[in-house]
Amino acid sequence: MSLAEPEDIAKTAIQTGEDSENVLSVRGVTVGFGSKIILENLDLDVRRGEVLGFVGGSGTGKSVLMRAILGLTPKRTGFISVFGYDMSTATQIERRAIERRWGVLFQQGALFSSLTVKQNIQVPMREHLKLSPQLMDELATLKIELVGLPQDSADKLPSELSGGMVKRASLARALALDPDLVFLDEPTSGLDPIGAAAFDSLIANLSSTLGLTVYMVTHDLDSLHSICDRVAVLGKKRVLAIGTLDDMMKNDDSWIKSYFKGERALRRV
Amino acid sequence: MAFLEKNIAPELGLVADGADHQLLALSGDWTVSTIGDAEKELAELEIGKDRLTCIDVSKIEHLDTSGAWLIHKTRGQLEFGGRRVALAGVSPVRQTLFDEIEKHHPPRWKPERNPFTIIGFLETTGRQVVDAGKDGLAMLHILGSLGMVLATVIKYPKRLRSISIAVQFDRSCIGAVPIVALMSFLIGGIISQQGGFYLKQFGADIYVVDLAGILVLREIGVILTAIMVAGRSGSAFTAELGAMRMQEEVDALHVIGLSVTEVLVLPRILALMIALPILTFFADMAALFGSGLIVWIYLDIPPAAFLTQLQAAITLETLTVGLVKAPFMALIIGLIACVEGLKVEGSSESLGRHTTMSVVKAIFLVIVVDGIFAVFFAAIGV
Repeated sequence: MSLAEPEDIAKTAIQTGEDSENVLSVRGVTVGFGSKIILENLDLDVRRGEVLGFVGGSGTGKSVLMRAILGLTPKRTGFISVFGYDMSTATQIERRAIERRWGVLFQQGALFSSLTVKQNIQVPMREHLKLSPQLMDELATLKIELVGLPQDSADKLPSELSGGMVKRASLARALALDPDLVFLDEPTSGLDPIGAAAFDSLIANLSSTLGLTVYMVTHDLDSLHSICDRVAVLGKKRVLAIGTLDDMMKNDDSWIKSYFKGERALRRV
Repeated sequence: MAFLEKNIAPELGLVADGADHQLLALSGDWTVSTIGDAEKELAELEIGKDRLTCIDVSKIEHLDTSGAWLIHKTRGQLEFGGRRVALAGVSPVRQTLFDEIEKHHPPRWKPERNPFTIIGFLETTGRQVVDAGKDGLAMLHILGSLGMVLATVIKYPKRLRSISIAVQFDRSCIGAVPIVALMSFLIGGIISQQGGFYLKQFGADIYVVDLAGILVLREIGVILTAIMVAGRSGSAFTAELGAMRMQEEVDALHVIGLSVTEVLVLPRILALMIALPILTFFADMAALFGSGLIVWIYLDIPPAAFLTQLQAAITLETLTVGLVKAPFMALIIGLIACVEGLKVEGSSESLGRHTTMSVVKAIFLVIVVDGIFAVFFAAIGV
């Protein structure tokens, strides 16, 4: 199906009152599997143009929250709005438009295994846009280089790539449509420190030049320090604290203290 | 941000202000959503031969990497045509974007084409022949390592994974009983009904019992069961082993020091070799039951007469001829399924291809082997 007239969509945006400040709002969201509640009554706001780092112990539901926002895991109660649209009431057309403006980097890459890297990057372009084959190829190569992959990886299959290269190729696919909002699930885990630093500066660069909003689940303290505008901590089924790194340093919660002032955190200072 | 707002169509205006100088003014949105149109407009634009060209980007509303790339590319093409090109009105933020784009040099674009050539055709054929040879070798390889593992198991019976065999047996035999029985029941009925109508014309309708009994016990029962098992368990084996290869689980077994043949292949093939004769027996019985029911209904041959005629028509040999083929067919199905499964490479497409190949090859070879057995039994006079 094709997109409706953009005017109609713009009208709905006004009706729903698109908040110019927050790209993403989560209100009172509860997610659980069976009798186990993972997230309870969770609130979160992501501001336009910021890089938000998301931390939390293993198994606290960082990925579950991301999946709930993306609509992959059903939520029990609550309200999630992306770009001012309530995701549960958004029409098919609105959802499609929203999905076109976000990019997702999954933890395992989730590249399509039977397509080459170039074809992977072109999937969203083919699906949402009408571009000439030449332009698509050029843009795909551009994204490949932008994320720091060598040009010859364009025609490789995901199974022929190293773990770090899969991450980069997946980022290239997430950036294929120059999204406004990207979700990154542990983008720098499994990368060497040099590669991770390059990844960080790439994200920072894109964020500043394109006004990209970044929602990043990460455990990389260097990323948190170097590129994140704000940090959110997930724990006890909700957002424990959100603010700048300095705010986190001042926080009294024992988990936050041990995370930001632990041995590993202090060693890097 | 331009989210969900109407995209402003990209526009370009060309002004030649004399004296060998022209200004290309760009406006509107130059984003990934609009560059398809922008590219067309650029292609249609007739740019003058003036030597100095200035591209004014200051009126562009929204610009992203795609738009920047198109502008950069246009600039490059103009310069290639012998003009001196400058960008004007670039804000500092956009300058970083252009700086980033300028670092990239995509290779010369070639459209992808696969023209049909004789050489290409010969190459593919050659490759397929070599692959077929490799397939045969791989099967022999697995068969050989299976023999070795069997020898080990006979020497150290504790290394036989009986639980694993039991689980596989449960899946490939007990789970398959209802469908195999139902299918054979129908086939037995169909054979009797079809055969009965023709034999009735000669008044020889009682011989439909001979026809059904011999045909079912010797051939149909075992072949149909083998085909069903190839489709049911063979594909499952291939998919399981293939998925394990994709997730590097097979490699993990290797480095832990376990033999893939011992852990994965042997239990599956053994279970299948036990399962198929049993399933065949069930299939035979179901088919005879179906046959008996149909001759009763259609030809008015009561069950007692059916059984008497059956006793005269078949011997224990008829049944064993069918059953003896079953383990060999199970071996072939299992071997092909495991070989194809272990050949799976990283992609999901490869998994699908090998699962298909596994079933197709197994069914084909089951029929070939049945033919060989027919020749063999004829030669020894059974």
